[in-house]
Amino acid sequence: MVDELLRVENLTKHFPVSRGIVFQKQVAAVKAVDDISFTVNRGETLGVVGESGCGKSTMARCIMRLLDLTSGTLTFEGQNISRLSRNEMRPIRREMMMIFQDPYASLNPRKRVGFIVGEALVVHNTGTDAAIKRRVQELLEVVGLNPEHYNRFPHEFSGGQRQRIGIARALAVNPKLIVCDEPVSALDVSVQAQILNLLKDLQKEFGLTYIFIAHDLNVVRYISDRVMVMYLGKIAEVAGSAELYARPKHPYTGALLSAVPIPDPRLGRARKPIVLEGDVPNPINPPDGCRFHPRCPRFQEGVCDASIPEAVDVGTDHTASCFFPLGHWPMTLEEMQRVDNPTPAS
Amino acid sequence: MATLLEVEDLRTYFTTDDGIVKAVDGVSFTLKEGKTLGIVGESGSGKSVTCLTIMGLNSKKSATSKGRALFRGEDLLQASNQRLREIRGNDIAMIFQDPMTSLNPVHRIGDQIVEGILLHRDVSKKEARRRAIDALKEVGIPRADRRADDYPHQFSGGMRQRVMIAMALVNEPSLLIADEPTTALDVTTQAQILELMHSLQRDYGTAIVMITHDLGVVAEIADDVVVMYAARIAERAPVGKLFEEPLHPYTWGLLGSLPRLEADIDRLVQIPGTPPSLLSPPRGCRFNPRCPYVFDRCKEEMPELVASPRDSEHLQSCFLDDVTKQREAERTLASFATEVP
Ligand SMILES: Nc1ncnc2c1ncn2[C@@H]1O[C@H](COP(=O)(O)OP(=O)(O)OP(=O)(O)O)[C@@H](O)[C@H]1O
Ligand SMILES: Nc1ncnc2c1ncn2[C@@H]1O[C@H](COP(=O)(O)OP(=O)(O)OP(=O)(O)O)[C@@H](O)[C@H]1O
Ligand SMILES: [Mg+2]
Ligand SMILES: [Mg+2]
Repeated sequence: MVDELLRVENLTKHFPVSRGIVFQKQVAAVKAVDDISFTVNRGETLGVVGESGCGKSTMARCIMRLLDLTSGTLTFEGQNISRLSRNEMRPIRREMMMIFQDPYASLNPRKRVGFIVGEALVVHNTGTDAAIKRRVQELLEVVGLNPEHYNRFPHEFSGGQRQRIGIARALAVNPKLIVCDEPVSALDVSVQAQILNLLKDLQKEFGLTYIFIAHDLNVVRYISDRVMVMYLGKIAEVAGSAELYARPKHPYTGALLSAVPIPDPRLGRARKPIVLEGDVPNPINPPDGCRFHPRCPRFQEGVCDASIPEAVDVGTDHTASCFFPLGHWPMTLEEMQRVDNPTPAS
Repeated sequence: MATLLEVEDLRTYFTTDDGIVKAVDGVSFTLKEGKTLGIVGESGSGKSVTCLTIMGLNSKKSATSKGRALFRGEDLLQASNQRLREIRGNDIAMIFQDPMTSLNPVHRIGDQIVEGILLHRDVSKKEARRRAIDALKEVGIPRADRRADDYPHQFSGGMRQRVMIAMALVNEPSLLIADEPTTALDVTTQAQILELMHSLQRDYGTAIVMITHDLGVVAEIADDVVVMYAARIAERAPVGKLFEEPLHPYTWGLLGSLPRLEADIDRLVQIPGTPPSLLSPPRGCRFNPRCPYVFDRCKEEMPELVASPRDSEHLQSCFLDDVTKQREAERTLASFATEVP
């Protein structure tokens, strides 16, 4: 039986855009996350990928309740947490932790590393000072830092070291859900391998659940059971990770997969990424219909710009929000442009 | 082509409560005009500090630097603050790993770029604004004219990074130092930014120092590569040679730990042990406690960066004999064979 840990329904987050000096008047809204729904099962890793600015971090912050939702429902372990107050959230806070994308902005520059990592332990009263210090030093070692780093300040660390401080902090209180926002992007591949292996080990040992946001598709493939592809505040495609990489159905996913750099100078330079034409999307005033349509090689007038595509089944546990999903993979740009079956799939 | 940047035996030490951190400890490389040097290496190995030292941006309170960094023959380590301010953002631009330290949170994005233009270029405010918006468009910020009036916190992580890139490119520098410029970007945006840097290089002959963890990016854009480990250079070579015949055990480890798209792997190979402390680095070769090939000499003597006997352009600092190196390089690459999809 699949055991659902988190259910996200119709999650929407709009940031108001206001003008005026004395009287701030809302003139528009950045539709950062727009009506997305998905579930996360206990013990699984859901990878999240998508273009920069498509709303991944905003979604993560909403789930953590660091941002108020514009609308939608979050159900965590069967409890509706979408409207809980600060106080009511407190016991739930230690069940879900976040590793932040920006390791510079998320660490308090005036606090020592030992304090930063141990803070949650102190807040949640988990033991004596000596026990907490031991635990913190253990955590530092777990993420590949030296215990000697205990008394240092964040600015004395390199980017990757700071990221590991953030990881140690998130692990401290044994949460059930960890939302990882680009947790390894600042790390060299060997430390990255160490952290990824560690996250997998911890998952096995404690049944942890991860939402794992990353740009590196190789990393996402390695760590995730399922992968969700986002585009401009919406979900484009969701599938098991092997399935998604072998049989992408959404043209945006296809473009992403074709752009992964290859660590071999000869192959890499010969690679032909599918270049997305057209204007970069604007979340203030997103395109009508499918949000990807102005840049999509498979665009069909009167269909793609007329209505928003629903998520449809395109395989086993595989859904894509596209009227003209890809037939096979790999595909060249020319092949992508030929739509064999012009009748909408819905 | 003429040499643009020549770094010789660069050293930067930080004084901390616990002692002296030798963050950069003898780094040398050269960069010719219009070329790209990739710097890869362990997190915390001194890549950023190397670049900050070249730009004269380390905190004067805690850092001391030695060695030389000759930019068109002028030693930047000896340059006055006034002179460095003239050079920075003009002849040499830097994209920082940390976008928030170089973006002022209380100023609008557009104004910050305009300021950078007015500081170094004799143009009207209106012209500067036009250039700023063009630059934002070039790095793919949608509706740049409108979003130029946003504050940094209203941008996503990747958008902030692109603002930094716009700022660095706007004055068409002859040297661009880019510290992890694309790590916060998705692969399609990354491809677009790399292309932009490439066209800058083509049109203005800009040379680039690019720090990155992404070996795929290095393979695609670098001419030469420096691999750093614990404040020193482990290996330095033209990009083709580094990927065809890596000669340092740390480089083998790096290549071995790459996750691959094609493969369903259950566990990544990782280099055993933890990165060394720079307060008290290990005696001898700094990689020796984690090196599977270690022998007595490695624990006693620090290896110098020397040319491989078969290739004067390929430098490495490892005592292993050449035959073993060739064999192990081959073995690493065999496990690493990439197929083109
Ligand atoms: N201001 C400082 N005071 C003390 N130590 C410092 C300071 N800045 C950097 N260090 C130390 O110097 C070493 C090199 O740091 P640097 O930022 O150059 O690493 P890096 O190679 O860029 O790593 P990353 O890939 O993680 O960004 C690190 O071990 C770091 O802890
Ligand atoms: N506080 C805010 N005020 C206004 N707009 C915001 C705010 N925070 C985020 N946005 C906007 O919401 C959109 C989504 O941002 P978000 O940070 O979620 O993107 P992301 O997918 O995490 O991108 P990246 O991969 O670059 O980190 C962006 O257009 C961003 O400018
Ligand atoms: Mg983000
Ligand atoms: Mg760095």
